Amino acid sequence: MRKLTFLVLPLVLLSLVVTGCRQSTPSQDADVFKVGMVFDVGGKGDKSFNDSAYRGLLRVADDFEIEHREFEPGQDADRETGLRKLAQAGFDVIIGVGFLFSDSIRSVAADYPDVRFACVDFDTRPNEQLPDNLVGLVFREEEGSFLVGVVAGLKSKTGRVGFIGGMDVPLIHRFEAGYIAGARYANPAVSVTVGYAGSTPQAFADPAKGKELAMLQYGRGVDVIYHASGNTGIGVIEAARETGNFAIGVDSNQNYMAPGYVLTSMVKRVDNAVYAVVLEALENRFEGGVEELGLAEDGVGYAMDDYNAGLISEDMVEMVEAARMKIIAGEIDVPRE
Amino acid sequence: MSSPGASGTATRVSRIAGTERIVDVLAPLVAVLAAFLVGGLVVAAIGESPLRFYSTLFRGAFANADSVGLVLFNATPLIFAGLAVAFAFRAGLFNIGGEGQLYIGSFVCTWVALQLPGAPRVLLIPVLILASAAGGGLWAAIPGYLKARLGVHEVINTIMMNFIAVGLTSYLVINIFKEAGQMTPQTATIPIAGELPRLAYFFQSLGVPLPAANPLNVSFLIALAAVWLAWFILHRTTLGYEIRAVGHNASAAECAGINVRRTLVLAMLLSGAFAGLVATNEVMGFRHRFLDNFSSGIGFMGIAVALLGRNSPFGVLFAALLFGVLNTGALEVDLFTDVPRELILVVQAVTIILVVVGNEIVRRRREGGATSRRRSEATAIGQDGSAEAS
Repeated sequence: MRKLTFLVLPLVLLSLVVTGCRQSTPSQDADVFKVGMVFDVGGKGDKSFNDSAYRGLLRVADDFEIEHREFEPGQDADRETGLRKLAQAGFDVIIGVGFLFSDSIRSVAADYPDVRFACVDFDTRPNEQLPDNLVGLVFREEEGSFLVGVVAGLKSKTGRVGFIGGMDVPLIHRFEAGYIAGARYANPAVSVTVGYAGSTPQAFADPAKGKELAMLQYGRGVDVIYHASGNTGIGVIEAARETGNFAIGVDSNQNYMAPGYVLTSMVKRVDNAVYAVVLEALENRFEGGVEELGLAEDGVGYAMDDYNAGLISEDMVEMVEAARMKIIAGEIDVPRE
Repeated sequence: MSSPGASGTATRVSRIAGTERIVDVLAPLVAVLAAFLVGGLVVAAIGESPLRFYSTLFRGAFANADSVGLVLFNATPLIFAGLAVAFAFRAGLFNIGGEGQLYIGSFVCTWVALQLPGAPRVLLIPVLILASAAGGGLWAAIPGYLKARLGVHEVINTIMMNFIAVGLTSYLVINIFKEAGQMTPQTATIPIAGELPRLAYFFQSLGVPLPAANPLNVSFLIALAAVWLAWFILHRTTLGYEIRAVGHNASAAECAGINVRRTLVLAMLLSGAFAGLVATNEVMGFRHRFLDNFSSGIGFMGIAVALLGRNSPFGVLFAALLFGVLNTGALEVDLFTDVPRELILVVQAVTIILVVVGNEIVRRRREGGATSRRRSEATAIGQDGSAEAS
């Protein structure tokens, strides 16, 4: 008898669960404008790239009546499945945050022509014609990195500056290339130490590794490190604080994270781009295609605020601004790799 | 549980075996249900509705043909990875290197495919399947050989081989085989002739509305065949007998004239071959290229799958399907409820632990009865008539 109860009770409870839920499913309001966001490795709370995209989404939600959902795929195949499920659920705009979504978003966009898609850091293919419902957002990170490189080159007392990348991939090489060019532009004799946290996406989510790499560089006389490593960079900034050196933040404005030790941040205005894309969709002026965002478009830049005002003199700002103008005017050719 | 059959007539024995089968099937089911109850408590503890949680989870996994297709698709690589662990385990080897083996298998598969751009489909597909198995198999045979020859423990070596495989394939993809002009660390696509067809059109012709976008592909059928093959090798071939003998007691097997070293190496080779076959789903069936770091731990999940399936090929199949349901449902929960992603992982893990524990409790109770019964049966029929449990 006891065994019978053991067998039957869960069954009864389960059937309760299954039947009970039918009614509890909330009715979907078809009229509300729905925006879905799918995150990259690191996810919400990385205080960097993903958070910047999320901030853009929250700003839209503040300004307009929208419903939004976001999620972080657990396994690679979930990227495409997740996008597809959002499209099926009647979402109006779906944003993939990170270049790893490029392939999935291409194929899902083709299957759902009425849904608008955007992909941050889209991996463009040569001569590719994007469909009308897909925007590929591409940032010219090397331009912003050039400017923080100038700051680093001017600020460094030892003449040694460092770079710590997350995953060793071409995207991050662009940050590195721009930074090195900027540092050399400011100080031709500068030496640059480069380190990467790894070759897997995990390299963007490993603060301990970031700190270890930074400690190593600071130990060798480097006094400014620019990180392009997502969550891993939290460790770099921590190391700067502990050793009394400087770090440069990335993607989001990270100056506040260790006031006095974060020289500046290379901001990538993913938030602005996300905001603009959703707004375009809301106002029915969404157009497909690749959108390049550099210094001229305010897609990238460097962060000045109360936290770092004391670290960067007006002369330095002047020099950086001059470089900015030259890049926009095409007088400085910033290398991409 | 039925009382031990003292008389030992043939019908009695078969009836007891039948009851055992039913308990075999029911035990994991009960464990799963108990696990869902505890999982529900976890969800309720953070103030979310367990009803909503599970309805979303099951809707994600069973709502329509598309969902079920996703369950099978998600289960496919886990079947291969689970078989790899289970197969080695039968020889007494703990192969934690599935992750590395599946990376190497997938890379070799992609590389071979890229070398044969003009090959016809009938040739290319079998060649690629063999290449996947060979890549994973040879990679696993290295720690197998070190174990057999030098007695170096396979656990440490397979773990290290994982790092080497992940690092090596990463390096090759990023620095040598990356598609030109692309950021995404992946190779070019394999020739169309090397792609395994999706099952959507087949099911549609049967009237099952599986959408064309559903990633379920022929690799799932290969996985089913692999389950049968693993069972066949283990239970119907001399090698399988030797593998099981070595697994039970290597010294005794050696005394009986079995070449233990050769058996160990072959067991690892075949184990790695199963892991390598993950490529049929990930490369040939779904992505059609090698994407750096695509796996996110399939090889390690294989360990849980094998243990849950009690290291039997058919057990692995069911365990992988359970994982498929949980993974597919988790995505739905993540997308459409406010339950945080971390909690979904907690509930998944709790479910698996309880299923393993529940299984074990039932098995022990049954074995307690079975031992006393076997003694009496042994006198009556002169041999062990019950199905092997472990």
